[in-house]
Amino acid sequence: MTAQTIVSIKPLLAVLASLLAVPCIILSRRTVNLREAWTFAAAVIKFAMVVSLLPLILSGAQAEYTIARVLPGFALQLRVDAMGMLFALVSSFLWIITSVYSLGYMRGLQEHSQTRYFCFFALSLSATIGVAFSANLLTLYLFYEMLSLSTYPLVTHHQDRQARSSGRKYLFFILGTSIGMVLPAMIFIAVKTGTLDFASQGIILDKIDPQVVTVLLLLFVFGFAKAAIMPFHAWLPAAMVAPTPVSALLHAVAVVKVGVFCIARMITGIFGTELLSALELSTMLCVIAAVTILVSSFIALTQDDLKRRLAFSTIGQLSYIVLGMALLSKSAMTGGLLHIAMHAFGKITLFFCAGAIFVATGVKNITQMVGIGRQMPLTMSAFFIGALSVIGLPPCGGFISKWHLAIGTVEAGQYTMLAVLLVSSLLNAAYFLPIVYRSFFHQPEEGMFEGPRAEPPLWCLLPLLLSAGLSIVFFFYPQPFLRLARLAVQGIMGG
Amino acid sequence: MAAHYPAIIVTVPLFGALIITALWWFDKRLCYPISLLAGTVSLAASVGLFLDVLSRGVIEYRLGGWPPPIGIVYRIDHLNGLILVVVSLVSLLNLAGSRSVAEKEFRDKVGAFYGLYLLFTTGLLGMLITGDAFNLYVLLEIASLTGYALIGMGSGRAALSGLHYLFMGTIGASLYLLGIGCLYLMTGSLNMTDIARILPTLVPSNVVLLAFVLCLSGLFVKMALLPLHAWLPNAYTYSPSVVSSLVAPLTTKVMIYALFRITLTIFSFDFAFNSIAVRQPIIWLAVAAIFFGSLLALSQKRLKKMLAFIVVAEVGYMVGGFWLGNRAGMSGAVLHIINDAVMTLCVFMAAGAIVHKLEDDRLSVMKGVFRKMPVTMAAMVVGGLSLIGVPPTCGFFSKWYLIAGGIAAGQYPFVAALIFSSLVNTVLFFRLFEIGYFLPFEQPKRYHQYNPDSFFRYSGRRAEAPVDLLVPLVITALLLIALGIFSGEIVTRVITQAIPVTLG
Repeated sequence: MTAQTIVSIKPLLAVLASLLAVPCIILSRRTVNLREAWTFAAAVIKFAMVVSLLPLILSGAQAEYTIARVLPGFALQLRVDAMGMLFALVSSFLWIITSVYSLGYMRGLQEHSQTRYFCFFALSLSATIGVAFSANLLTLYLFYEMLSLSTYPLVTHHQDRQARSSGRKYLFFILGTSIGMVLPAMIFIAVKTGTLDFASQGIILDKIDPQVVTVLLLLFVFGFAKAAIMPFHAWLPAAMVAPTPVSALLHAVAVVKVGVFCIARMITGIFGTELLSALELSTMLCVIAAVTILVSSFIALTQDDLKRRLAFSTIGQLSYIVLGMALLSKSAMTGGLLHIAMHAFGKITLFFCAGAIFVATGVKNITQMVGIGRQMPLTMSAFFIGALSVIGLPPCGGFISKWHLAIGTVEAGQYTMLAVLLVSSLLNAAYFLPIVYRSFFHQPEEGMFEGPRAEPPLWCLLPLLLSAGLSIVFFFYPQPFLRLARLAVQGIMGG
Repeated sequence: MAAHYPAIIVTVPLFGALIITALWWFDKRLCYPISLLAGTVSLAASVGLFLDVLSRGVIEYRLGGWPPPIGIVYRIDHLNGLILVVVSLVSLLNLAGSRSVAEKEFRDKVGAFYGLYLLFTTGLLGMLITGDAFNLYVLLEIASLTGYALIGMGSGRAALSGLHYLFMGTIGASLYLLGIGCLYLMTGSLNMTDIARILPTLVPSNVVLLAFVLCLSGLFVKMALLPLHAWLPNAYTYSPSVVSSLVAPLTTKVMIYALFRITLTIFSFDFAFNSIAVRQPIIWLAVAAIFFGSLLALSQKRLKKMLAFIVVAEVGYMVGGFWLGNRAGMSGAVLHIINDAVMTLCVFMAAGAIVHKLEDDRLSVMKGVFRKMPVTMAAMVVGGLSLIGVPPTCGFFSKWYLIAGGIAAGQYPFVAALIFSSLVNTVLFFRLFEIGYFLPFEQPKRYHQYNPDSFFRYSGRRAEAPVDLLVPLVITALLLIALGIFSGEIVTRVITQAIPVTLG
């Protein structure tokens, strides 16, 4: 089936909204309120642009815009389809919330170089939407690299020894894999097939040897190291030295989801589900994802730094999405795509809470958080909801995506993967729920948390309550995301 | 007027150089505006000529009206038309940014500097434009001799490096001259198209083969292809920074153009790629150049020397891409001549600005340089990203063609070398960025004497390079992105016509 395609400049505007905010932010660096106003304006305009495309996408059409023909036969081109829409919707909406949170967090801690911080944050979001709307692999690669480079100054924001070593790790994994693995694989496909456009049944069917296809697939799956598939995951825990809003939006939503989104695009748009199932590569991908899911969950159990524990949890959850795509069954794919949204809302809540605890009390480690619920009941309640969503329990959005994933494993007949999902859920519960339990029901240590209630600043508190609330709302009304995911799967699998 | 563009391109800087040499005894302040004027006229003529070529095709210009093969002919097609524009533009941009630096560096020798500068540019532009094999040698020597002098104007080891360059360069030029001599012996002609017409009647001939090998070896010395690169790093490191940002982007690129011209126009594609088996060894040399150039760059402690070894590696890109012998590889090589000229200019100019302020180019003194010189470092970041090959900077696109050409030709070691070099460039530039971004300011251990420049070196305040240097630098950086976005246009409209049509 061929979708109706409409030429529209809106996708480009959605990408540019935050890019154009950068000079404004730099120019108004002396008046901080104006500077933050630019961020909000850009965020709202970007979200409005994305939303204005939603009805079009839901009606089954696509929007397209060609920026430039940079190579003969290959253009920089944007195309909005259901899958990209789903991702863009989540990240552009969460940018608004995160901007509010950034305001509270950065001012609360009186961080330095806030202008630089907001500039590169805006750049990162441009790149994220660019990836979501890319019509071909070349455009995707361009925005992928732009995202890698614009998050580097955010990861290394503190400019100290630890930031430098984390920055090195970040570059080594992210740039090293994209230049060393994705770039040659991409050019190889371009030479052999003459195109890089994402097509619903892939572009390399019958054009490349099966053995080479396997190598290419592995180059892409590991090469998009933003998806943090083991053993290319080590940058993510290291990147937690960044300020918490960065960890929250970029390292739980934008950057890492760009990684899995790229892998999903490769599986559906470049290789094609038909080819992968014909070559029986599905099982190989599933095993890679399953290993990451289980190992990261076990490592998460041992982490005492809350943000690091969240990071390892993210690594596991990202592989859920990869698993969903790799199973190649309708429900699993729906679940995987849905998980992009559901996990985003749950995990960003958890990161917001971790940051809020740090702003209010200066505590980072889980062992010091005993009894903290007495002092920060709202924050910890939100943490509880976020945790439920990530574990995949009702009444939270995470349940919906895991439900589809589980059904998908049965549809594909991969019962081992069903077991992996269930074990992983148990492990998730084991590393999240004790934190909540101890914070409410255990006595705090002497001298800790004895004062009156001390919630974080309002600017920090509101976003996390909102995202926690939305996690619950999406359990009852998953419609926008569910419809987009189903539409996307329909486009891929037909029918 | 328009018909005489080819003559204007070469003679205006030539006479500019002569006028400056006479005038600077009277007033040194005249040197800069006169050379700027000469450079601008030359650039305008190049652009006009290039547009002519685009609309009318190949242009032949008889110097003094003498008909070929007796007279000297300037022959401009899509290949050298494009490179002429780039070379005159790069030369002009660097010239525009040279005023404060040159005054500080050369003081009362500033006239000699501008005279040599224009003469050097004349030599390079002449090499590009000429259709005569011996004339090419003469202009090569003009460019080389002025190059030695310019490099020798630096302090410390500059004179020694210049001498080293002179020895090597003379050997290279002599080899080339011997090659042309052999050709003249066989054909009795020096006009390139004329030789090309006669040569097929002589093949197979050992003298022609010898001529080919001699010309090639001479040019390999001149372009510093590994293992003949030893003169380059020191010459580019110890020369004054405004000289290295002229010589580094242009010399090797023009030599590579000469390689293309000699191989394709005089000896023909068929002879070079099919009749004799030099292709594979040269590709291996290119792979070695990329590999070792990158590794040696990694081991440098000085910024300019690091950049010089990157130039050595980049030479391997272009030579290797050309000898892949397919459309993608050759397009990549030609595109990379243009892109690499601009990106080398960008990083060397930024390095020059840093050296101008810090009076040192060791990487260890660059602590906190981002805060002190944000604009310069922004340009350095763009240049670095282009050398790494990050889209949408132009370096990505030429690398794309080169890798695609390597895959299509099945030359996987070349592809691996390109990827390796990109990764090493990442390390090189991010090491510099790390030092400039993370490390704290060093307190001076001793003040040997107070001077405002060395004071800035140790304080955390903004100490940006002079505006007349920053403006061309920023233009160069923006040009890198513009070249990237328009690279599709450049390739389809110009480069496709510049390479042999028979290629698949």
